[in-house]
Parts: sequence; structure tokens; C-alpha cells
Amino acid sequence: MRYAMAIDTRKCVGCSDCVVACQTENNVPVGYCRDWITETVDGTYPHVELELRSERCNHCDNAPCVRCCPTGASHIVEGGVVLVTHNECIGCGACIQSCPYDARYSHPEGYVDKCTFCIHRVREGQKPACVEVCPTKCMYFGDLDDPNSEISVALRNRKFKDLAPEAGTKPQIFYLI
Amino acid sequence: MKEELIISGRMNPGIDPYLNLWHWQIPIYLFLGGLAAGILFFAALYSIMGKDKEMPTTVKWAPFLVPLALTLGLGALFLDLKHKLFFWQLYTTIRLDSPMSWGAWTLMLITPLSIIWVASYVKEAIPDWKWKFAWLESFEGLVIRYRLALAWALLVLAIILGIYTGILLSAFNARPLWNTSILGPLFLVSGLSTGIAATMWMSKDPRERSRLSRIDLILIGIELFLITHLFMGFLASSAVQIEAAQLFLGGQFTVSFWVFVIVLGLLFPAVLEILELRGYHIPMAIPALAILIGGLIFRFIMVEAGQITRYLY
Ligand code: SF4
Ligand code: SF4
Repeated sequence: MRYAMAIDTRKCVGCSDCVVACQTENNVPVGYCRDWITETVDGTYPHVELELRSERCNHCDNAPCVRCCPTGASHIVEGGVVLVTHNECIGCGACIQSCPYDARYSHPEGYVDKCTFCIHRVREGQKPACVEVCPTKCMYFGDLDDPNSEISVALRNRKFKDLAPEAGTKPQIFYLI
Repeated sequence: MKEELIISGRMNPGIDPYLNLWHWQIPIYLFLGGLAAGILFFAALYSIMGKDKEMPTTVKWAPFLVPLALTLGLGALFLDLKHKLFFWQLYTTIRLDSPMSWGAWTLMLITPLSIIWVASYVKEAIPDWKWKFAWLESFEGLVIRYRLALAWALLVLAIILGIYTGILLSAFNARPLWNTSILGPLFLVSGLSTGIAATMWMSKDPRERSRLSRIDLILIGIELFLITHLFMGFLASSAVQIEAAQLFLGGQFTVSFWVFVIVLGLLFPAVLEILELRGYHIPMAIPALAILIGGLIFRFIMVEAGQITRYLY
């Protein structure tokens, strides 16, 4: 099993609903966020291209944050989802330094926190909160090993890219372009 | 032209707009670790070579600084932890992939061994010293008998500790400035040099001092060589590493790096040491202090600049 997400950059309107849904679902402290929207403008006016992306932890296949964690607090569970066990984390910050996407932050209570792919929802057969709430339905979540899953179908039918592949982490969030 | 922006206002404290997570604690920790590694390395080396009579400060007296440096260094590391009450989790597991874990365990071994090492010389420092308990007396006898084995253990651990202070940073491939294998040897050599500087400063014996300053000159030469290679490597690498090098070649760290690290911390003490070896009278405190301050600033700059370098946005 390999959980992953595909996000359609041609449908995303950058409304930030996913950001707010995550903050609400996961009780993210005020002023912090586990997902965010990036806007890329490419070209010179009037020939410009705009791309909007909803970004979060890439639950990397080759996760440096898990490797460098001295306590094992950062670990991998089913489907390759990367999680942090709060009461094993010492707050050393090594994992934050190791993430090329800056997807982690130090929770005001001291431990490190980040996107969990809403594994608590997924285990109950629901979708992650961000996917569920998206008004343009631009996000697909599912199992890459299942050829009939939403995400496998989306990736089969469209061109896609991932972010900073040169950092070598094998990110598992794909952007349909 | 390509412009990339986070428009949902991600402003995670310590992460945005630039990663600014590790402050003074980490460079201090790396500096003290390197200093301790340097002092212990030469103490163990000259002890193994049977030169404790010719090099008394190196083998016996400078190591008294080590337990202090290591304790302060660990204190600094502890202050850096944000979930302090759980620090003991470090010692519930050994994770070979994690430099932090290596460091924690190396320090756990080297700190008590360094205390044992200096304790075995307390009687030479204070002739009528008596250990409070009889078992301490017999333990001291045991240590003195097996000092050679202890010296070998310290030698190996000192090298691991010295390299570790660099690898801690170089293992992070997300930070292009740190992500170079030269950092391990560079921090080791710089640590050895600061260790020698501290020893030289303490030593009263001119022959011991001149021997140390000769070694230090070689170390400074190696450091300059490694730093040159560091930049050559960056400039011949990917865009993010070229950008990282630019921070030092015209960017915001140019002045602090070249003035304080290269000139004040390496060239200036090297010139003074050469003059001293040529017979001029130079108070040892000046080059020693310059090396120590240069080494400290070097670590501050590397930790701060590294966090600015990144792949995205
Ligand atoms: S995106 Fe960052 S935090 Fe998430 S798995 Fe990859 S390296 Fe770790
Ligand atoms: S901050 Fe916590 S999760 Fe991150 S590396 Fe340190 S112990 Fe592991």
C-alpha cells in the first residue's frame, strides 16, 4: 500500500479552504499551518502563466526527516505515511532542518508537528479533511498500489510533476499539470 | 521570469520566511565539542607515543578543560531542545542513520572517560590529594595501569566527536550549504586546531609550545585547503549550491566570513605562529585567542547561513 495525493493545478483556485479545513480538523495552533497555497507566476506580462498549488508534507518515500530523527519519534506507518509521536519527540529540530519543503514546524508545546494525511480519518474510510472540503474537487487521495484508485486513474490520464525532486526525497504529492 | 509565493500566508514561527530554528546553542555546542575533541585527540596521541614527560600540558593539564567543555556543550544542546522533558528519549534507542543519535551516544561515552582521564592526573597536580573512598584509590590504580587502552579509546572517540560536529550539519541535504561531505573533515580539523590553541595557551614550556604551534600551522594549512575545496565544489555544483556559495562571495556573509574566519581566525594566527617560530617573542594568548574566536564565529556563520539556503521559494 502506498498512500499518495494528486492535486490538479488546473482546477485549484487558491481559495485556501484546505488550509482552514486542516487547521480545524487537526486543531492546529493559531498562527501555524500544516498545508498552504503557493502561487507561481511564470513569464513576462502579457505572456504569463499562473499555477496554484496546495502544498503539505510529501510523505516522502525516502524521508530524510525519519532518517535523521535520533529518537524514532518520526516514523513511517501504513501506506508510507510519515508521523511524529509527540511524547517521543525531544524537539531537537533535526527533522525540521532535513525537510526540503519546510513542511514541519515546532508546536508551541515543544514537539514537532506536521501533516498526517489525516490518517485518523483514512483509517475510518474517510478522506483527508483537505481533500474532502475542496470546492473544486481538485485533490485525489488514495493508494498508488491499487490501479483502480482515484489517484492511480488521475495519474494515468494526466501529465504530472512533483516538487524539488532534485532534493532526492521521492515526494508522494503529485501535481497534475 | 518566474516568481513563486506562498499566498495562504504560511508564517510558521521559526520556519518562515527563512528557517531560523537553531540559534546560538548549536554553534556553541559544535564549538565546545570540537574543542574537547581537539584537546583529547592530542592528549591521547602523545600519551600513546609515550611523550607525557615532554608534553605535560597536552597530555595531563589541558584535558582538565574537557569535562567542563563537554558539560557546557551538552547544556547548550539541552537548551536547544524544545521538548526538554523528553530528552531521555535520546538514550532509549541507537539510530545509526541519525547523526544526532551518534553524537548523543558519543558524548555519553566520552564525557565519563574524559573525567576518568583527568582524575588519574589529579594526584600529580595536587601532591597530597586523597580520594575519599578506598575503592576510588584502587580504581585510580586500575586506570593508571590501563591508561594505554583508555588513550586508544579516547583517540577514536575524539575523532568520531570531531567529525560528528561537521556531519551533524552535512547530513541535511535539504540545506544546500551544509550538504557537502567536506564539512566532516573541515570541522574535525578546525576542532583539532582550537584544541591545540587552548593547549598552547596553557602551556608554560617553550618546546612544547613550539611543537604544538608547528602542528597548528599544518592544521591551518589543511583548513584553508578544505575551505578552498568547499567553494570549488559549490561553484561546480547545482544551482542551489552555487547560490549557497554566493552568500560568502558577495552575499550577506562575505565580510563576516572573510574578515573574522579567514583573516582573524586563520591567517593572522598563522603569521604570528611563524614569527614566534622564527624567534620573535609573541604572547601565545594572542594567536590562541584568535584561533578560538575564529573557530567559534565559523560555526555561528555556518549554522546561520545554512538555514537560509534552501530548494524552494
Ligand atoms: S515532506 Fe518533509 S516532513 Fe514530509 S516526509 Fe518529506 S522530508 Fe519528511
Ligand atoms: S524534533 Fe522530534 S521528531 Fe524531529 S528529529 Fe528531533 S526528536 Fe525526531
